[in-house]
Amino acid sequence: MKITPGIVEHVALLSRLELSGEEEKERFSRELSKIFEYVEQLGEVDVSGVEPSPHPLPQKNKFREDVVEPGLSNEAALANAPDKEDVYFKVPQVL
Amino acid sequence: MALRSARELAGQLAEGTVTSVDLTRHYLGRIAATEPKLNAFVTVMEEEALRAAAKSDERRAAGKTLSPLDGVPVAVKDNMITEGVRTTCGSRILENFVPPYIGTAVRKLQEAGLVIVGKTNMDEFAMGSSTENSAFGRAANPWDLERVPGGSSGGSAVAVAAGQVPIALGSDTGGSIRQPASLCGIVGMKPTYGRVSRYGLVAYASSLDQIGPMTLSVEDAALLLGAVAGHDPKDSTSADVPVPDYAAALGNFDWKGKRVARPKEFFAGEGLDPEVERVAGETLEKLAGLGAEIVDVSMPNVKYSISTYYLLGTAEASSNLARFDGAQYGFRAEGTDNIIDMFSRTRGQGFGQEVKRRIMMGTHALSAGYYDAYYLQALKVRTLVKRDYDRALEQADLVIAPTSPFPAFPAGSRMDDPLAMYLCDIFTISLNMAGYCGISLPAGFTNGGLPVGMQLMAGAFQEEKLLSAAWRLEQALGVVGSRTPEIAEAAV
Repeated sequence: MKITPGIVEHVALLSRLELSGEEEKERFSRELSKIFEYVEQLGEVDVSGVEPSPHPLPQKNKFREDVVEPGLSNEAALANAPDKEDVYFKVPQVL
Repeated sequence: MALRSARELAGQLAEGTVTSVDLTRHYLGRIAATEPKLNAFVTVMEEEALRAAAKSDERRAAGKTLSPLDGVPVAVKDNMITEGVRTTCGSRILENFVPPYIGTAVRKLQEAGLVIVGKTNMDEFAMGSSTENSAFGRAANPWDLERVPGGSSGGSAVAVAAGQVPIALGSDTGGSIRQPASLCGIVGMKPTYGRVSRYGLVAYASSLDQIGPMTLSVEDAALLLGAVAGHDPKDSTSADVPVPDYAAALGNFDWKGKRVARPKEFFAGEGLDPEVERVAGETLEKLAGLGAEIVDVSMPNVKYSISTYYLLGTAEASSNLARFDGAQYGFRAEGTDNIIDMFSRTRGQGFGQEVKRRIMMGTHALSAGYYDAYYLQALKVRTLVKRDYDRALEQADLVIAPTSPFPAFPAGSRMDDPLAMYLCDIFTISLNMAGYCGISLPAGFTNGGLPVGMQLMAGAFQEEKLLSAAWRLEQALGVVGSRTPEIAEAAV
């Protein structure tokens, strides 16, 4: 399918990616259209009765004992924070 | 003369003819001398390495070495979390990220006494096949500086091939260990999914990512895999399967009477370089000479593996990379007054083009109305690709294929066409779909002197067979150690 600049804009919003302008939007539209055109070859494969494989090898849930282990200290967790106040991460206004 | 393998260095350390500090200084010196041309490292850990080396020497003097590789220098790809040492994933968004914890594979290296000398350059978030998509500049192929080393573990491949370190770890999601190993003339192995813990490996596509060794020889690959493999309670997908002594088992394989599958889809096609085809033919002749039986098979669904990969891999990436939002760590864009704009601008400025492209691909493939046609369809085709491997491995002990359809290509030549770049992985990507193990080993050179690799592949947790078969083939080919890139000559 053609990934129009409108679709690019919508997907960029869903992805929380600010695009630099019309030129970037046009370029992604061109590139993504070409890629999706290619991957649509999968439509020709007959998959009736075929189970999907979300993992390459069988996986099952694994549980551990519910024991308390040391975690990161506030200080260590905040060490990379772009902005902080007291023991909190600080971000721009949410609401 | 060949570069020294980790096995040789371990022997010299054991004999007492060198110390770990000597070796570490030597490799740090090689890095300093060649980095202006190669750019294989994002971060060199000079102080940490010399400290670790001194400790190793103390252990050895006290007769308390931790493993056969105690004191041997190693490099790790910069998507493996190192406590207290910045971990960038080749991205501006993590340019100054200093992790507060350590990944399991790196921890195991330290527990085995290895000396980590640095973090290697890579395509941003492991997305790429040339190590050109790095926020820290492209890495150069030591055999021809104007060419790419492959990717995404290009920095690790370059570092080993150029004698900057004897061994390194990479990660392989669609060929990111094997393809650069092939293009740089070294050994690179993707273990079975779950063989090595992914805890502390920054996630790209969680159902495909796997850490593995990049080395000068198959024996070194066996040693390094043995050091990092094993079950980890911190990675629920890591397998609770015993780790055999891979290095001790290398001599246990005899090609005589073994069957090796030659899938016709991997040995034909317009994209296959004639010189790669020639090396592939010569390798098959060698195998026949060793007594192996070549079995022709067809794997009709592998031609869909690029498409499958770029839907599944990007879908997983779009979710995994949602965590990079500028709130808790990493780069944050300035000048926004609400949180959504802060997220979007941070990600828009912090991610490179290829990462943005893949996040958008994955988001689109998962979005309402497209999920069934793209994502679910790809999951089903993945089942068919895996069945192709199962059928081939029912008829044969191993599968053989060229690693890359072409040798190292000129820098810049594929950067304007994402799809052309994706096709670099056409021979490696299907193995990740199946989750099985594979190894690329140097098999010859083009007339122009560029290395060409061939890969052997085997079923789940058959690393012992894979490595020992590759070791026998390596001995018969005589390619490993036969040539050294000019830039590495001073390292010999």
